[in-house]
Amino acid sequence: MGMRKVAVVGAGMTKFVRRAQETAKELCWEAARLALDSSELTMDDIETVCLGTAPDAFDGVHMNGEYLSDGAGAWRKPYMRSYVGGGTGVFVPIQGWYHIASGLFDTCLVVAEEKMSSYYPHAQAAFLTIFDHTTERPLKPNLLWIFALEMNRYMHTYGISKEDIARVAVKNKRNAADHPSALLGDPNITVEDVLNSEVLAWPVNRFDVSPVSDGAVAIILAAEHVAKRITDKPVWIEGVGWNLDTAHWTNRDLAYPRYVEYAARMAYDMAGIREPRKEINIVEPYDPFDYKELHHLEGLLLADRGKAPQLVADGVTNRDGDMPVCPSGGLLGVGNPIAAAGLMKIAELFWQLRGEAGKRQVPGQPKRGLAQAWGDLMQVGTVVIMGR
Amino acid sequence: MTADHQDFPGTPLSEKDFEQGNVLFRHDEMRGQYAWDTGIAIGRYLQALREGVILGAYCRHCRKTVVPPRSVCEWCFRPMHEFVPLQDTGTVNTFSLCYVTWDVKRIQEPEIPAVIEIDGASPLHGIMHKLGEVNPQDVHIGMRVQAAWKEPEERQGAITDILYFKPIEE
Repeated sequence: MGMRKVAVVGAGMTKFVRRAQETAKELCWEAARLALDSSELTMDDIETVCLGTAPDAFDGVHMNGEYLSDGAGAWRKPYMRSYVGGGTGVFVPIQGWYHIASGLFDTCLVVAEEKMSSYYPHAQAAFLTIFDHTTERPLKPNLLWIFALEMNRYMHTYGISKEDIARVAVKNKRNAADHPSALLGDPNITVEDVLNSEVLAWPVNRFDVSPVSDGAVAIILAAEHVAKRITDKPVWIEGVGWNLDTAHWTNRDLAYPRYVEYAARMAYDMAGIREPRKEINIVEPYDPFDYKELHHLEGLLLADRGKAPQLVADGVTNRDGDMPVCPSGGLLGVGNPIAAAGLMKIAELFWQLRGEAGKRQVPGQPKRGLAQAWGDLMQVGTVVIMGR
Repeated sequence: MTADHQDFPGTPLSEKDFEQGNVLFRHDEMRGQYAWDTGIAIGRYLQALREGVILGAYCRHCRKTVVPPRSVCEWCFRPMHEFVPLQDTGTVNTFSLCYVTWDVKRIQEPEIPAVIEIDGASPLHGIMHKLGEVNPQDVHIGMRVQAAWKEPEERQGAITDILYFKPIEE
């Protein structure tokens, strides 16, 4: 297709916290500054800026992308904000990728931000507006409903227990104990703790859910000839994919995320991957709820349908297992400032593949990783494959 | 970066910082009022609900019956102008016992949201609604249910013309 190679050459992030004193603009700037510093670049070197942030309802600011632009370093530059719900954090680097792969730009700063705490008293209520205003909203739905409904269907279809699923939350919160930016890391959490936590919307308990958070993440993308001048260790974007299913979510199979599979197949094709289970060394699937990690591993074709829980039980997905999953600690452990959480997964792969992940480092010098995010009305899958 | 960089920016606040006035903030309330047009297909759906009927739409090309009805089939992108009355009975596809309201207030008696596959629609085609007249512990996937309607004179042409779905013996 005549596309140019694109590398990630820098990354930075803020702490993920329940409520940050910093404004959304300030969070954007902090993350962007760290990303620039990590690659020893300044804004003069950046040709274009891409920003990802989720529903404007959280911030109560219309045209939030434009509002945040000065914090994101977009002043007098070609700038775009993208939004695909929870999938935004892994879509915005794809947008940055095609800016460069197309030959239009050589460098791109990608910033993803979320400040969910402004919505009062709880960000949850802002989610009411994602449902259809005429056929669903009069029932006063809660975002937890759709996750609980999907989780129950997934458990029922394959005979999966809550214990099987709770192991994911335990793994990720333990992994997050090694992440300096994490909100909910806990090295001692057990399956019993998850099962005994408050029931919010059966089968979803409190510890099955990632926390509402504030935070920002930034990465820097560069074309091949520029990347090689910036760093000895560029991490290449080898494949990207995205796909959207119908908004009529009650008219489809909730046990299997077909749209994630289609996004993954697009990315695997581009990366020339024929046997993903052998060729992907690290996986960072979207885990806003613990069952979603399992659901997504199956959609990504990294586990047979209904068999992802067995991989977790067998330790395959541990940081030192054959296929580490969410070595960062994921959304369940590090936190879930929506768009920032997705881009955090890209930053994690960047650090892991460069061998810079410190206490979180996956052993064995991993060569290739996959990050995925998901969102809207259980609709969108976004996938990025990175390698060194 | 993370290996040699442990000091990440970001200043966490707690609820106390607000109560004790340690930080300044501005509180505001925004009111948005809307009158949403129901359109062709959902307009017919609501009209039918007022008459005590759940309406679907049939695509002749895909041979699928979907619910709620729509004007265009997402599978073939052809018009879907054949609206068909469905049964007001169905099967629980999935459900939850929810102990928090939409704005995160705790409740003792759970709400029971469910996806109900409507009889007469294609397999796995249903709507989101709630279950009632049932002990929460007895709800199960595959349970047969029927719509509990408002009295005809109270119906407004809204999804809430169905109060909830309740279990039936067959």
